Amino acid sequence: MSAAIAEPKTDRKIRVVVAKPGLDGHDRGAKIIARALRDSGMEVIYTGLHQTPEQIVETVIQEDADAIGVSILSGAHMTLVPKILELLEAEGVDDVLVTVGGTIPNKDIGDLKALGVSGVFTPGSPTDDIVDFIRSGVRDREL
Amino acid sequence: MEPTSTPKTGPEASDAVRKAAEAAESEFTTMSGKPVKARYGADDMAGDADLRIGEPGQYPFTRGPYESMYRGRNWTMRQFAGFGTVEETNQRFHYLLDHGQTGLSTAFDMPTLMGYDSDHARSLGEVGREGVAVDTIDDMEILFQGIPLGEVSTSMTINAPAAILLAFYVLVGEKQGVASEQLSGTIQTDILKEYIAQKEWCFPVEPAMRLVTDMVEYCTDHMPRWHPISISGYHIREAGATAAQELAFTLKDGFTYVERAIERGIDVDAFAPRLSFFFNAHIDFFEEIAKYRAARRIWARELKETYGARKPESMRLRFHTQTAGVSLTAQQPLNNIVRTAIEALAGVLGGTQSLHTNSFDEALALPTEEAVRVALRTQQIIAEETGVTNTPDPLGGSYFVEALTDEMEAEAYAYFSRIDELGGMVEAVRQNYPQREIGEAAFDFQRRVDDGEFTIVGVNRYVTDEEDVPLLHIDPALETKQVERLTATRAKRNSAEVESALTALKDAAAGEANLMYPILDAARVHTTEGEMIEAMQEIFGTYTETPVF
Repeated sequence: MSAAIAEPKTDRKIRVVVAKPGLDGHDRGAKIIARALRDSGMEVIYTGLHQTPEQIVETVIQEDADAIGVSILSGAHMTLVPKILELLEAEGVDDVLVTVGGTIPNKDIGDLKALGVSGVFTPGSPTDDIVDFIRSGVRDREL
Repeated sequence: MEPTSTPKTGPEASDAVRKAAEAAESEFTTMSGKPVKARYGADDMAGDADLRIGEPGQYPFTRGPYESMYRGRNWTMRQFAGFGTVEETNQRFHYLLDHGQTGLSTAFDMPTLMGYDSDHARSLGEVGREGVAVDTIDDMEILFQGIPLGEVSTSMTINAPAAILLAFYVLVGEKQGVASEQLSGTIQTDILKEYIAQKEWCFPVEPAMRLVTDMVEYCTDHMPRWHPISISGYHIREAGATAAQELAFTLKDGFTYVERAIERGIDVDAFAPRLSFFFNAHIDFFEEIAKYRAARRIWARELKETYGARKPESMRLRFHTQTAGVSLTAQQPLNNIVRTAIEALAGVLGGTQSLHTNSFDEALALPTEEAVRVALRTQQIIAEETGVTNTPDPLGGSYFVEALTDEMEAEAYAYFSRIDELGGMVEAVRQNYPQREIGEAAFDFQRRVDDGEFTIVGVNRYVTDEEDVPLLHIDPALETKQVERLTATRAKRNSAEVESALTALKDAAAGEANLMYPILDAARVHTTEGEMIEAMQEIFGTYTETPVF
C-alpha cells in the first residue's frame, strides 16, 4: 500500500502536542480533543495543566511534534500564544502547525492568525473539523 | 455547516412513524442518557411515598428545606462578579446592589486561585482576567469599600487558599467594626472537587484536607453565621459529568468533610448546619429538578443515620445554584438568555436558596454590564412575575419527577459503593477515578453532539451567520496597576513582622495547631497571599496531576 500511494517523507503517525498553558483548569476541551486525535490514529502528547510557554515549547521539541493544539479559556491568549510563537521561532522550530482552541473573541482571531497561528477553534467547533484541519495542515506542510 | 436531518417526529409525521418512535424508548432520553418512558404513573413511585417525599421543611426534606419556601423568603440573587482590579469589581458590586441584587459573590482571578501573587512570573497576562486580583488585606479592603459587611452576605469562590482569603475578609470586617460573629456568607473551600474538576490547587490532598478541617473548626468557634464550605457539584458538571455523577461525587465529597470534622472531635450538630452546597442547573429541566430533590433526601438520611446528627438543621441540605456555563453557545449568543431562564427555573422549582444566572455573552468573554443586567432581570422575572414561588415544591408528587428523583438517588448510591470499594473519596481522587468517569461522560456527550443525536440550537442545528455582540475588554494596564499596588504594600510594611509571621506559620504547618490563627496574624501585618502559600508549600509540598484522557 505504501508503495502505491505517494506518501509524504515519512509514514509515521502525526504527532500532536495538546497543551494547556496558563493557570486555569478548564481541561474538558483539551482532553476531548486529545482523545479524538488519538482515536483518529495520531500520536498525542497531552502536557497536563498549568504549563509555562517554555515548558510547552520544550515538549514540542523533545517530542518532535508535527502540530500543537493550544487550549486557552482564561482570557490570557494574547499574552501566552505570542510567547509560545516567539519561543518556537527562537528555537528555530518553523515546521510545526500551530492551532488554538478556547474562548477567543472574534476580534482576536485575526490577530492570532497574523502572528502565525494556522487555525483557531471556538466553542461549538465539531471535533472532526479539528481532526481534519490538523491532518490536512500537517500533510500540506510535508509536501 | 448545514442544519442536520429533519425531526424524527412532529406534526407532519404519520401515526405509524410516531408510534414506532414511541416504541423505541431509547430514543427518548434525558441529557445524561437516562431512558424516559412513554408515560409514568403511580407504579413508578418507589416505596412509601409519605416517607420518601414527605412535607416541605420536614425530614427527609425532599420537598425543600423550609416549610414555607419562597412564600417566606425569596432565594438570594447572587451574581458572581470579579474582573480587573479591586476598584473595577467594587464598582460592579455597587452596580449589582443598586439593581436589586441581594447578596455578593466574588470571582477571583487565576493567580489568586492558585496562590500566586500578581507580580509572580506565572501571573503574567492572567492578572484580573477571569476574576479580581487580591494579594493582600489592602486589596480586600478596597474590594468591599462602601459595602456594610454586617448587612450584606458575601460568597467567595476560592479553594486551596481559602483560609487566607477568609482571614483577609475577617480583618476587613474588623476594620469596619463588624465582629467575625456577625459576618455572614460562604467561602467555597471545597478542595476535593478541585482535584476532581476545577484543578486549582496549591498542596497535596492530605494537607489540603487538614486546612479545610482547620477552617471548619475555626468557623464553628468564631463565625456562627458563616458557611465554611460550599460543597460544589458545579465544576464537576462543567467538566462533563452527568447529572447523577454531579450528585454522587458532590455528596460523597460532603460526607468526606463531615467524617474529617467528626474525627477532629467536632460535634456533628455543631458544624453540619453550616455546610452548604452548590449545584449546576443544566438544560435538561426535569433531570435537574430531580437531582436537587434527591440530593436533599440522601443528605438528610446519611447525616441522620450514618453520622448521627440529631438536629434537623444538620440534615437539611441547602444549596446555591448557577446555570450551566457549558450550555452557553458562542454562536447566536442571544439564545443563551433563553437557556439561562429555563435553567434558572429548574433551580427554583428544585428549591434553591440562592442563584446565579449566567450572562448571554459568557461563551465569549467576561460579561458586560448590560448582559449582567439581563441575567439579573431573568431572576427577578421568575421571582416576581411567573407565580412559581407561590407554593413550595409545586412539582412534588408528579409521577415523572418522583420517579426520576428515585432513579437519581439509586444511581448516586451505586457510585457511593464504587468509591467505598476504592477506599473512600480521597483515595478515589488519588486514583483518578472520578476524573476518569467525568472524562468518559464528557467525551460521550461531545460524540452525541457531533453526531447530531443531541441538538444544540445554533451549533448543530439552525445554524446561521453570526453577528458580533459587544464584549467586555479588560485593559492590560490593570495588571500593571495591581502590581504597582502590591509593590507599594511590600514597601510600606514592616518586613521583620512579616518574616516572623511566616516563621510562625511554617512552625504551625509542621505541627498540628489550627492554621487559621497564624494565617490571621500574617494577614494582619500585610503578608501577601503568595508568601503564605509558599511558606506552607515548604512544609506541605505541591501537587502535580497525572493527566488522564
